Amino acid sequence: MSTKLLRRTGFLAATLVAGVFTGAQAAEPIKIGTFLSVTGPASFLGDPELKTLQMYVEDINEDGGVLGRPLELIHYDDEGSASSARNYASRLVRSDRVDIIVGGSTTGGTMAAAPLIEQSRTPFISLAGAVVITDPVKTWVFKTPQSDRMAAERVLTAMQERGISKIGLISGTGGFGRSGREQTLAMAENLGIEVVEDVTYSPSDTDMTAQLTGIRNNSEVEAVFNFGFGQSPAIVTRNYAQLGIELPFYQSHGVASNSFLDLAGEAANGLRLPASPLLVPDSLPADDPQRPVVQAYKEAYEARWNESVSTFGAYAYDGLQLAVMAIENAGSTDAEAVREALENIQGYVGVTGTYNMSPDDHNGLDADSFRILEVVDGDWKLID
Amino acid sequence: MFSEFLQYLFTGITIGATYALIALGFTLIYNASHVINFAQGEFLMVGGMATVSLMGMGFPMPVAIIAAILLAAVLGVALQRLAIAPAKQADPVTLIIITIGASIFIRGIAQLVWGRAYHSMPNFSGSEPVTIGGAVVSTQSFWVLGVGAVLVVALVLFFTRTMTGKAILATSMNKGAARLVGIKTQSVLLLAFLLSAILGSIAGIIVAPITFTAYDIGIMLGLKGFVAASLGGLGSGMGAIVGGLLLGVVEAMTAGYISSDYKDAVAFGMIILVLFFMPRGLMGARVVERV
Repeated sequence: MSTKLLRRTGFLAATLVAGVFTGAQAAEPIKIGTFLSVTGPASFLGDPELKTLQMYVEDINEDGGVLGRPLELIHYDDEGSASSARNYASRLVRSDRVDIIVGGSTTGGTMAAAPLIEQSRTPFISLAGAVVITDPVKTWVFKTPQSDRMAAERVLTAMQERGISKIGLISGTGGFGRSGREQTLAMAENLGIEVVEDVTYSPSDTDMTAQLTGIRNNSEVEAVFNFGFGQSPAIVTRNYAQLGIELPFYQSHGVASNSFLDLAGEAANGLRLPASPLLVPDSLPADDPQRPVVQAYKEAYEARWNESVSTFGAYAYDGLQLAVMAIENAGSTDAEAVREALENIQGYVGVTGTYNMSPDDHNGLDADSFRILEVVDGDWKLID
Repeated sequence: MFSEFLQYLFTGITIGATYALIALGFTLIYNASHVINFAQGEFLMVGGMATVSLMGMGFPMPVAIIAAILLAAVLGVALQRLAIAPAKQADPVTLIIITIGASIFIRGIAQLVWGRAYHSMPNFSGSEPVTIGGAVVSTQSFWVLGVGAVLVVALVLFFTRTMTGKAILATSMNKGAARLVGIKTQSVLLLAFLLSAILGSIAGIIVAPITFTAYDIGIMLGLKGFVAASLGGLGSGMGAIVGGLLLGVVEAMTAGYISSDYKDAVAFGMIILVLFFMPRGLMGARVVERV
C-alpha cells in the first residue's frame, strides 16, 4: 500500500517537474495575476471584471503582446471571501510568481491580501473602492476606482448646491458601506453638513423598512444618502418608495450599474448618484477626452459578451491598461521598475477618469471624475 | 411612536411568515425521516428563479408560477429518488450530509442556467402600498401572510383528515410499527420531499417581489428557516410557525430599535438561550428516550 502511494507521489512529482521545464522553454509570457469575486455576493463586481481582463488580454496578445511577450492571465475566484482572497494572493505571488497583480474586487479582499503582496514586492493594482487601500500610501499598492471619500465629497457638495444641510445616512455593514459611512461622516463635518440620522443594514437583509422608518419620522432630515452595494441598495430604494418618502435621495457609486435599475424599477426614479461617464456615453460633450475611450470600451464589451457593460468592468479595463503602460514604460517586468513606472503615469485617459499618479497618490483620480446622474424614467440622465 | 412599532411589527411578520414556511418544509422531512434537509433553501430559490425566467420568456405570471412549482416538485422527488433513496438505511447524519451536497449541486446548476445576477419580480397585485395606523405595508406582504395561512390550514387538514397524512405522521412516530401496519415508508418519504419542495417553492415565489431572487438566495433564507424550525422545536408544525414569526419580529424590532448590526446577534443569542433552557425548542415534544 505505502509503496504504491510512494510510487504515485513520485510519478506526480516527475510530471510536475516536467511541466515546469516545458513551461520555461516556451516563449516567456508576462504573468498577470488576478483574484476576483466572480461568484458569491460580490459576483456583480468580479464577473464583468474577469470578462474584461480576459477580453483585453486576448486582444493585446493578438496585437503581439507587450514588449514582444504574450500576456498570461492567472485567475482565481475568491467568491467574495477575504480569507480566500488572501490565500489566492499568496498562491499568485509564491507559486505562480506573477509579474503584476490586477485584481481584488472587494475592499475586504484587497486589504486582506495587501500586506502579503507588499511583502513579496509585487506591483498590485486593486479594483476595490475604499480609500484605506491607498491612504496611507502603500509602496506596492495602487487602485483604479475612485475612492469612497471622493464619492462622499461629490454627493455632499451636490447636496450643498441644492441648499441641503441636514441629511439622513443609511449604509451597509459590508466593507464598502462601512468605509463609505466613515468617509461620509468625516466629509460632512468638513463641509458643515449635519448627519441627523445614521442607520445601517447588513448585506443579507431582505427588508430595510425598519431602518428607513426612523429616518422618515425625523422631521429634520432634508435628504437621504444611502452608501452600500449589491442588491441591498435596490431593496432600500424600493422600501424608500414604498414608505412614500419624498426627500431627495442619493445613492453611492456602488450601485451605478444598469442591473440596479432593473432591480429597483420605478422606485429608482428621481434618485441621484455619482457615477462613471460609462453610464451615459452618448450624453458626454463631444470635446470630452473620455468620450472615445468610454464608447470604445462599451462597444467592445457588449459585442463580445452580449450583456450590458458595467462600471466595475471598467475598473479592470483601467487596471490592465495601467499595468501594460507601466510595463512598457519600464521596458521590463522588473518589479521595482514597473512600480516606479506606475507611480509616474500622468494623464492616462481611462474609462473611469483621467489618472495622474504620483508617489503620494496611488489612485490618481479626483472627485470631479465622478459625474452626477439622475434616474429619469428608468434611465440615466447626466446632471453635472 | 406607535406607528413606528407597527411598521417594525408588519415588517417582522412578513419576513417571519416566510421563515415559517421554510421551517415547515424542514419539519415535514424531519418528521418523515429525521433528516434535516439542507437543500430546503434551494427549493425556494428554484421557485423564485424559475418564475422570473419563465416570465422573462413571456409566459403570464400564473402560468410561470405553476410551472415553477411543478419544477420544484420534480426536483424534490428527484432529490429523494436519486440522492436519499439509494443511501437506503444510512444514518440520518449521512443523509444530512447528502442533502448539503445536493444543495451545492443544485446551486451550481442554477448558477449555470440562470446566471449570477439578482432578478426582480413584480408584486402580484399593484405596487401602491397600503397605510395602516401610520405604518406602510406592501400589498405583497398580504400575499405572503394570506398564502402562508392557507398553506398552514391545508397542511393541518391534510395531516388530521386524510389517510395519507396520517400515514406520514405514523411513520414519523415509529417507522417499524408503521411498516408493520402496511404503510409504505419509502413512499411516505417521497411524499414528504414532494410536499416540502412545493412548500419551499411557493415560499420562494411569494417572497421574491420583496427580497429579489438569485441563485444563492437559498443559503441565507434556508438557514434562517432552519433556525426558526429549531427555535420552535424540530418536528413540531406549530413550533415552525411560532419560531418563524418570532424570529422575523425579533429581527425587525432589533433593527428598528437597536441597530441592524445586532439583528443577527440578538436572533442567534435568543436561540442559544431557548435551546439552553428548552433543548427541544419552544414547542418540541417531550420525548422520553427508550432504553
